[in-house]
Amino acid sequence: MGNILALCEFNGPTLRSSALANLAFARAAATAHGGEVIALLVGAGAQAASADAAKYAPKVIVVEDAGLAHYLAETYAPIVARLANENGATVVSATATAQGKDLLPRVAALLDAGMASDIASMTAKDTFVRPILSGNALSTVQISTPIVCVTVRQTEFEPATELGSAGAVTTAAAGAIDALGATFDRLDAQKSDRPDLGDAKVVVSGGRGMKTGENFKVLEELADLLGAAMGASRAATDAGMVPADWQVGQTGKIVAPNLYFAVAISGAIQHLAGMKGSKTIVAINKNKDEPIFQVADYGLVAEWEKAIPELISEIKKLKASR
Amino acid sequence: MKILVPVKRVPDPTQKAKIKDGHIDLTGASWIVNTFDEYAVETALRLLENGADGTRAAGEIIVVSIGPEDAAKEIRTTLAMGADRAIHVVTKDSEIDALVVVKVLQSIIAAEKPDLVVMGKQAVDGDANQVGQMLAGKLGWAQATFAATLELAGDKKSLLVGREVDGGVEYKRVPVPSVITVDLRIVGSKSVKNGITPESHNYSGEGARLPSLKGIMAAKKKPMVTGKLGDYGAEAAPVIKELSVTLPPPRAAGQIVADVPTLVKKLADEAKAL
Ligand SMILES: Cc1cc2nc3c(=O)[nH]c(=O)nc-3n(C[C@H](O)[C@H](O)[C@H](O)COP(=O)(O)OP(=O)(O)OC[C@H]3O[C@@H](n4cnc5c(N)ncnc54)[C@H](O)[C@@H]3O)c2cc1C
Repeated sequence: MGNILALCEFNGPTLRSSALANLAFARAAATAHGGEVIALLVGAGAQAASADAAKYAPKVIVVEDAGLAHYLAETYAPIVARLANENGATVVSATATAQGKDLLPRVAALLDAGMASDIASMTAKDTFVRPILSGNALSTVQISTPIVCVTVRQTEFEPATELGSAGAVTTAAAGAIDALGATFDRLDAQKSDRPDLGDAKVVVSGGRGMKTGENFKVLEELADLLGAAMGASRAATDAGMVPADWQVGQTGKIVAPNLYFAVAISGAIQHLAGMKGSKTIVAINKNKDEPIFQVADYGLVAEWEKAIPELISEIKKLKASR
Repeated sequence: MKILVPVKRVPDPTQKAKIKDGHIDLTGASWIVNTFDEYAVETALRLLENGADGTRAAGEIIVVSIGPEDAAKEIRTTLAMGADRAIHVVTKDSEIDALVVVKVLQSIIAAEKPDLVVMGKQAVDGDANQVGQMLAGKLGWAQATFAATLELAGDKKSLLVGREVDGGVEYKRVPVPSVITVDLRIVGSKSVKNGITPESHNYSGEGARLPSLKGIMAAKKKPMVTGKLGDYGAEAAPVIKELSVTLPPPRAAGQIVADVPTLVKKLADEAKAL
């Protein structure tokens, strides 16, 4: 197999934790099928994050340019495609984040590459396993193009560990930059001190039964007690109770924490698609017939108004007793 | 403004997945318009109409579907919602993949010269989320994926698109023509602003509109052109082959706990999760 070009997102001087899943995939693929892992960092701040990337990959390529101040698929895709060709890559990978999902299919089009989205594993150099039908089935696909693009499902790959020695960092030119008329206007950022949903050990999610955004405060108290990330169902995000990027599910975030709380969530298949992989699932719902109880390891039939404050005080007691 | 909306049918997601001979068994399945594609048709309508009185002075919505003969029924549904005409490229699902679909769409776009392509962000059967981005890449057009809000500029030469990304909402401006893929919240009550619908108007916010009886009658007379892959310069040569499909093992049965103290005790001692 040729090399694996692994696109890595970063945040300040460090890689985003989602990038470590991609590097773990890339390393496993290189070990099994040959080729070298090349981490690719593109955009403003790429140089500053390259030292961190070099801890995980034997080779790092950095592309930084004044014309790349903000991520745009239009400007990034030609760079990734060109570097894939120049570096003998036969696999181009990214984590299935908002950016990875936006960018990689465009790269695939430029390379005439077949693409497998959201893969759970690679079973041969051209064969991948990926969930379909909201995660209700696993499809094994074989791709016959010389170059293949993949996005990697973060929850399926343990974060890459550091290599013994630092990889070699090189820079590459951006080349001609053309945004094709697209411009970045602004980002309305959702600031949070809680861990990222994608890699939190505990997630506390609320649904329509929480009724108002104000009512989520008590779930946030539970989350902060457990160092958890906050999640929600589509019904709660659609209703504007909580930010859209809290949505867990087929079309929101895919999570697989050690412990997942589904509070006042019925358990629609699209929601289950995003959290079924959790190690332990707790459902708290007032209606014992809801489908959420079919995937829950522990179900409590109760109203959250009563159960959550009690849960907070019991957990505090437990913590105090240790 | 001329808007092209690619749509496909998908098996109703509420049906239980069954396997036969190593692949999903779709015999006797019931089919629906892919929900995100339905949202794309809804979006196209909202871009052109006056939502307050339901009138539309100008513009055209063309739906395109590449799929089996039977899909004509789901295509009619989108015409009944209000799209104006349809192009149905008849193939077997096994003969196409994302790149084949993109090739067909490219050729239709070359002939129709739409101002905008509006499509669903993903099909809820394959969950691949690729075609919009690939199409934009092949056309050399800008793309705005996962659109939750759209605002058409006064001169109709660009759109400001609110995109749900990790950590917030990104606003991106794209010119006309470009490719837009829509996310769930595009059907919110005020998600699409076209400068025609009064600011005070609220759409239902409960998903895409249902076809009215009048719409269903009208759809029967709307033009639907059918063709084959070859008519659009494409061939049945998918590069992706599905080798097999398996069902993941079901989760082990859980337990109902009596009260909160029991729950906490079990989480701590049994699950070792606290
Ligand atoms: C194309 C598509 C994609 C979708 N993607 C997603 C997705 O990614 N994620 C997602 O979550 N959904 C998604 N959905 C929506 C999904 O189908 C459901 O509509 C949604 O998950 C329902 O959210 P909910 O469980 O909060 O609401 P409901 O189904 O209304 O459930 C509310 C629950 O609250 C309980 N409840 C009410 N009051 C109380 C109380 N006081 N105490 C305890 N319990 C109470 C009720 O018993 C009920 O079970 C998608 C749908 C479509 C069509």
